Amino acid sequence: MARRAVAITAAAVAAWVATLVLLPLAAVLWRAGAWPALAQGDGQALWFTLWQALLSAALSCLLAVPVARALARRQFLGRGALITLMGAPFLLPTIVAVMGLIAVFGRSGLINQGLAGLGLAPLSVYGAPGVILAHVFLNLPLAVRMCLQGWQAIPAERFRLAQSLGFAPAQVSRHLERPMLRAVLPGAFAVIFVLCLTSFAVALTLGGGPKATTVELAIYQAVRFDFDLGRAAMLSGVQVALCALVAAVVWHAVATPGFGAGLGRAPLLRVRGVRLMLADTLAIGGAALFLLLPLAAIGLRGLPGLSDLPPAVWQGASRSVAVALASTALTVPAALILALAVTKSGRGAGLMDAVALLPLASSGLVLGTGLFLLVQPFAAPSTLALPVTVAVNVALSLPFVYRLLVPEARIMQADYGRLSASLDLRGLAWLRLVALPRLARPLGFGAGVSAALSMGDLGVIALFASDQSATLPLVVQRLMAAYRLETAAGAALILVGLSFGLFWAFDTWGRRHAAI
Amino acid sequence: MLQFDKVVLAVDGFRLTADWSLPAGARVAVIGPSGAGKSTLLSAVAGFLAPQSGQVLWHGADLGPMDPGARPVTILFQDQNLFPHLTLSQNLGLGLRPDLRLSAGQIQQVESVLDRVGLAGMGTRKPAQLSGGQIGRAALARALLRARPVLLLDEPFAALGPALKAEMLTLVAEVAKDTGAVVMMVTHDPQDALAFAGQTVLVANGVAHPPQDTAALFANPPQALRDYLG
Repeated sequence: MARRAVAITAAAVAAWVATLVLLPLAAVLWRAGAWPALAQGDGQALWFTLWQALLSAALSCLLAVPVARALARRQFLGRGALITLMGAPFLLPTIVAVMGLIAVFGRSGLINQGLAGLGLAPLSVYGAPGVILAHVFLNLPLAVRMCLQGWQAIPAERFRLAQSLGFAPAQVSRHLERPMLRAVLPGAFAVIFVLCLTSFAVALTLGGGPKATTVELAIYQAVRFDFDLGRAAMLSGVQVALCALVAAVVWHAVATPGFGAGLGRAPLLRVRGVRLMLADTLAIGGAALFLLLPLAAIGLRGLPGLSDLPPAVWQGASRSVAVALASTALTVPAALILALAVTKSGRGAGLMDAVALLPLASSGLVLGTGLFLLVQPFAAPSTLALPVTVAVNVALSLPFVYRLLVPEARIMQADYGRLSASLDLRGLAWLRLVALPRLARPLGFGAGVSAALSMGDLGVIALFASDQSATLPLVVQRLMAAYRLETAAGAALILVGLSFGLFWAFDTWGRRHAAI
Repeated sequence: MLQFDKVVLAVDGFRLTADWSLPAGARVAVIGPSGAGKSTLLSAVAGFLAPQSGQVLWHGADLGPMDPGARPVTILFQDQNLFPHLTLSQNLGLGLRPDLRLSAGQIQQVESVLDRVGLAGMGTRKPAQLSGGQIGRAALARALLRARPVLLLDEPFAALGPALKAEMLTLVAEVAKDTGAVVMMVTHDPQDALAFAGQTVLVANGVAHPPQDTAALFANPPQALRDYLG
């Protein structure tokens, strides 16, 4: 009975998510009427989208491994703070992140000032290299965090065993780390690949033109400038097909690592040798500089603007916090239910996994346009701006939280599934006594990600909002459009502070309640 | 009475048959080469593996439709018998009420069982703070609390030294006497079988053989057992 109740709940959540994603898409397609032909630039946009996403995802994962390994095996002052800060760029509202990158890598940025001092030609942060740079900047931290969680999930006993067997780092890597990475990296790669496929603010600000236009940017232009919903729908269809393919491949690539459970002692991995020390220092230092310099630049630019902020900023801030908390409250339970259902039951697991990743195949603008069309006959869209934003944010952040939970839920099931079953521990008691304590760390992190993403989201709200329902990112964007740059920078700093504050609160909760 | 009625177990091309029964209160060692299917046999009783054909019956009732937690069975695994994030008292309390909403009487019961197995005053500790022997005693203490009529031991003491293991077996015998349980104990050690179990099931070559008198079996071992003992 209880098992059936779980299955029904999970199926209901899956159906709800599928509806939330597919219904708006159907609305756009229905409105579009017929399939229009590909426009001249669309093929080129598709090609650029694909190769930049592949390269961005590959670079992010490749660079994440040495950084995560160094963080996993080194203990140093400020390590915890650095790990928390590593999460920053991914959680940064995209428009603010781009501002930071331009401050460091832009024409009058730090790097080019240095190059000019050496008498060298300046680098350009615009075009394809800029788009990839920004994508790695935004996604490397996510890959690092996912790998680091994998490392932390390897029981300390395994590392002790490896040490007692006199494993060299190469053998530790072969027997402990590579099996873990094989389970973690495909998921990380897929998420980042899909993220880069659908990322649009980066392409809008750093890309553009025939050589650096993504499909997402093309959709935006079709909706915004041409109001050509047919072309937007066709481009969305292309993107949905692409991402569905990725999700299907990933389901087969992700394996449960065959580690037994540890007794929850702190990871204990010691390595010696100057060469490894140097490599780890380089990895941590390089990543820290690359990720933290742009953040510092944002801080410096925003501080002067803080003294004189208009009331619209504070109103926008309170709306954004409400939206973020509401989306988090809906996203986390939904992701948990789907992750537990996928882990526990064999039947329908593939379908549920696909549903949980389905939102990644969509984009904020497509969902927003579809919901706009659905809402319009019944109410003025501006009156529903905030609920619609919450719905879209839930859909778009669900896959991340889900992806974070699934590997840990699999390990939990492998280690304690039989013990729980033999003690008749199930239903709500199992949730309270086993699942929540054992998954507290990824749950807290996932809730933080969900809240921050929702806080910084700028997409749907632009289609719906009036002045009375503008969220903080939209306020920032409007200030920038009005060339009130100092005020915009100050408001951006408030936005960053709130995003990180929410993330920090949830993540700290998770770490504090992590089962030991 | 625990009965294996023409049971056929199949996992990934591996096959094991069993067709015999054990009277209430029986204590049986399960012995045989690695990979012969000793744990598989216990899994079928505990409910983690459904027989391909045949039935496992308790007092004539088929256990097949019952979930592992609903069966009249307590099982001790090789490891992972305790949740590392719960205290010892909580781990034991799970044996009385899986949702841990214990009455004052039940809390008292946990305390007295802790005392009984020599873990008095350690209720607030987590498993990471315990030795292997203490973890074994805690798992047995929970078996005492659950008081199910079938106790399955899947080598939970394999990692312990001889003295500790002997101590555990004494404790198992006490638990079995208290609860009147049928005990099936997987072991690699003929001494364990001789010391603890009147009867022994030999698992070899795809067959779980009917239980035989342990002393007689080892006095005159069949070929399969001779191969195993070397």
